[in-house]
Amino acid sequence: MNNTDRLRRIFAEALNIKIETVIDSLEYNSIPEWDSVAHMSLVAAIDDGFDIMLETDDVIDMSSFAKAKEILGKYDVEF
Amino acid sequence: MTELDQIFNIPPYSLKKDQKQAIIVDHINRLNSHHSENCEAYKRIRKAYDTYGKRQSKIEDFLSIPVGLFKDFELKSIKDNEIIKTLTSSGTTSSKVSRIFLDKTTSRYQTKALSIIVQDFIGSRRLPMLLADTQNVIKDRRLFSARGAGILGMANFGRDHLYLLDSELKLKVNDLLNYIEKYKNEKILIFGFTYIVWLNLYEELKRKNIDINLENAILIHSGGWKKLADRQIDNTAFKNRLHDAFGITKIHNFYGMVEQVGSVFMECEFGYFHSPSFSEVVTRSADNWAPKSFGEEGVVEVLSILPYSYPGHVLLTEDVGIIYGEDDCKCGRSGRYFRIIGRIPKAEIRGCSDTYEE
Repeated sequence: MNNTDRLRRIFAEALNIKIETVIDSLEYNSIPEWDSVAHMSLVAAIDDGFDIMLETDDVIDMSSFAKAKEILGKYDVEF
Repeated sequence: MTELDQIFNIPPYSLKKDQKQAIIVDHINRLNSHHSENCEAYKRIRKAYDTYGKRQSKIEDFLSIPVGLFKDFELKSIKDNEIIKTLTSSGTTSSKVSRIFLDKTTSRYQTKALSIIVQDFIGSRRLPMLLADTQNVIKDRRLFSARGAGILGMANFGRDHLYLLDSELKLKVNDLLNYIEKYKNEKILIFGFTYIVWLNLYEELKRKNIDINLENAILIHSGGWKKLADRQIDNTAFKNRLHDAFGITKIHNFYGMVEQVGSVFMECEFGYFHSPSFSEVVTRSADNWAPKSFGEEGVVEVLSILPYSYPGHVLLTEDVGIIYGEDDCKCGRSGRYFRIIGRIPKAEIRGCSDTYEE
């Protein structure tokens, strides 16, 4: 499984949404399932899934699926 | 990104008086226009006080609105379909609560503001985090209480969060002990409301005679002392007692209110609240509202350049405080630093509509 698929699966599971809806333009707070409560679960799932520890600024800046990929690039996760 | 985002690219306590005042005055003037154009009620207030259309040149010269107004009126400068979050105050003194409406932009400002302030105190790494509360306060997702919003805002700075209280507000002692053992060699972040930290954590551990070591912990708490009035505990006693009991040395209170996004005043190592680059504090005489000098007691007014979705940029609080100085605190942070010493006596702040309840 490549990293994009892995990240999509993490998003779908953490936010409890269908994997088809996890696309680049999916934005924080644009659907009820991705609110600030779910964001915490999502961040924890990303930390675990890629064995990294996101910094506070990245947690806050992770405002879309596309942005999440960009941020993970800083942690040497390639897409 | 907006022009205002630039304020988050500079450290929160780096601006000196002249620089900072120029920024605050410029942005508050802009906010005055913005809210007058987008909030009819606010425009009427400014017209009534004859400040409509007028620009000010000093931070002390802006018209403030009393914080209690948000209890009686739904003031907002956005359309209903732009609201993504409604914050409510805890409403401890009366049955009415403030309702504050945030859109995407102002909500983002709020998050960024808290972020650069807290990181100035704890660093950029997320820390193992204990929350002195029950997870239930974040369950109702659409309508966050001040407590829920506070918890969620702070949770960004932590990882492996443990909520210390169960749904009946009982301390989860075993979970706490296991957590401290697990992270005994790491810095732990603890956040909670002041009275909950005191009553449900400190007093509970004392009562159960449980000794824990929190030497590596940093505690951030907020919410005021009102609910601890019968304990006669103040900020100094709070810090001393927690230190004596658990060895914790890093304890930071913060002053802020749900009604003003951006006003997060963290307590420094010397016990003073500090105003960050995007907000300011002024104290006023309760008799004629003239600004007070540093060192004098006054009613606290707070200004923030961040509230765009509702007209909460210049607010008169119900608190009394003393500003001790500007740019010269021993902790090294620039900006004004102050303490809160109490509340305004009720008679002075309550209108006739509220006294009925007393």
